[in-house]
Amino acid sequence: MSNKILSVRGLSRIHGEQCPLCISSTGPEHDTNMCPHCGSVVAAHDVNFDLYRGEILGIIGESGSGKSSTVKMLYFDDMPTAGSATFYDGDAQHDMFALNAAQQRSMRNKRFGMVYQNPHLGLNFQISAGGNIAERLLMSDLRHYEEIRTRAGDLLVRTEVSRARMDQNPRTFSGGMQQRVQIAKALATRPPLLFLDEVTTGLDLSVQAAILDLILEIQHELGTAMIVVTHDLGVIRLLAGRTLVMKHGRVIESGLTDQILEDPQHAYTQRLVASAL
Amino acid sequence: MNTALLDIQNYAKTFHLHERDKFIPSASHVNLSVYPGKLTALIGPTGAGKSSVLKGVYRTYLPSAGHILFRTAAGEIVDLAQADEHRILELRKTEIGFVTQFLHCLPRKSALDVVAEPLFARGVPTEEARGRAADLLAQLAVPSHLWNVPPATFSGGEKQRVNLARGLIAQPRLLLLDEPTASLDPATTERVVAHIETLKDTGIAMLAIFHHPDLVQRLADDVIELSPPITIVEPVEEIA
Repeated sequence: MSNKILSVRGLSRIHGEQCPLCISSTGPEHDTNMCPHCGSVVAAHDVNFDLYRGEILGIIGESGSGKSSTVKMLYFDDMPTAGSATFYDGDAQHDMFALNAAQQRSMRNKRFGMVYQNPHLGLNFQISAGGNIAERLLMSDLRHYEEIRTRAGDLLVRTEVSRARMDQNPRTFSGGMQQRVQIAKALATRPPLLFLDEVTTGLDLSVQAAILDLILEIQHELGTAMIVVTHDLGVIRLLAGRTLVMKHGRVIESGLTDQILEDPQHAYTQRLVASAL
Repeated sequence: MNTALLDIQNYAKTFHLHERDKFIPSASHVNLSVYPGKLTALIGPTGAGKSSVLKGVYRTYLPSAGHILFRTAAGEIVDLAQADEHRILELRKTEIGFVTQFLHCLPRKSALDVVAEPLFARGVPTEEARGRAADLLAQLAVPSHLWNVPPATFSGGEKQRVNLARGLIAQPRLLLLDEPTASLDPATTERVVAHIETLKDTGIAMLAIFHHPDLVQRLADDVIELSPPITIVEPVEEIA
């Protein structure tokens, strides 16, 4: 059996009508991702990588670099304009963008997890914290109310949210706690692949540290493969074994995280590393 | 005759600083071999590229030229200068360890977990990993009342031993040591030296940098003297 869990080839997303010059006139060397000829935005172009089981891959870049776009396509929040992704699930392998909508929904709900920067995207603020997790559990095979309630409570406890707050609305929670509920929800179906999009951005430093520690503990306990999107070098240093650096929709370099930090090859990465605090 | 575990052929590393449009050579024409149960010491003045060689082998630096041939436990020869990143991560996990001068660790993690971490990464159950970490810390005479404390507050010598324990715990076949006795007092240095000697007996191959010439004399089976690379204006040949 291969160690691979995900294989991404030529993944691209262009917003707008597209013209033949979109690719040749955008990218880091043109310092823009917007085509000057037709106004289309090249959110991501020709993204390639392999992710192994239990591995944490970092994607770093500034706003508009295409890092979130990449993850959105893989979580079926958005459709690529070109490229493919293969998800290796046990002995099966799935050509992700060839699946129909129902199959994609099922993969997303049962086999993937997502934690967004904005908890409003990941959580339903109309229902309780426990209800958010229960919703996800109902999509898997659990059916009994008591069983679901216990599992949801266990997940909250694991992510260090008190069981006593299970029936409260996440609106009343702090930012850090909302992220913990999102993580609990994302882990509900024990997915082998988890996407994390700027999950600690905007939180207090001490809260960030605790969330990142939690992510590492989970990776150790469950062996979950993760793609961590961030603009923060400290986050990839702590979490990721390998890193892709993106700018203006392109992957400009990739490598072992310590090599990216100590021996960056691209001019942009060198500036990025040199400007770290 | 013993075959080399590591064979470095014409290693060179040059940094290209885009912002200043400068090429900075950090090592060139490095050739050496490291054998199981033997220690090869790198000597030379500051700037001769000693650390650059270790980082090239560990692939923290992307070598600019040359081959770094490593013989795996399975008997395969892998060129670390060009091997796939997943392969390097796997080898770091199982066969190649690095003990640096400085201990980089989280200020909120106990010494025991810092040491046990390489075992966690290999999937060893938490309690077993902590048990082995405790044994090793005891061997290196780190007082047990410190084991549950983050090393940030430790003395230089205590930190260095935590660092060494972390590098050793997964029993690598090749160990890279960058001044493992820097900042240690004579008594502690002696303890670390004794430990390195026992490691040689267990067949671990070591490539090391020592600050003190007398340690080189005592521990090294081979000594490689590096001289600072000549400044070159043209980029060296790139690896395809």
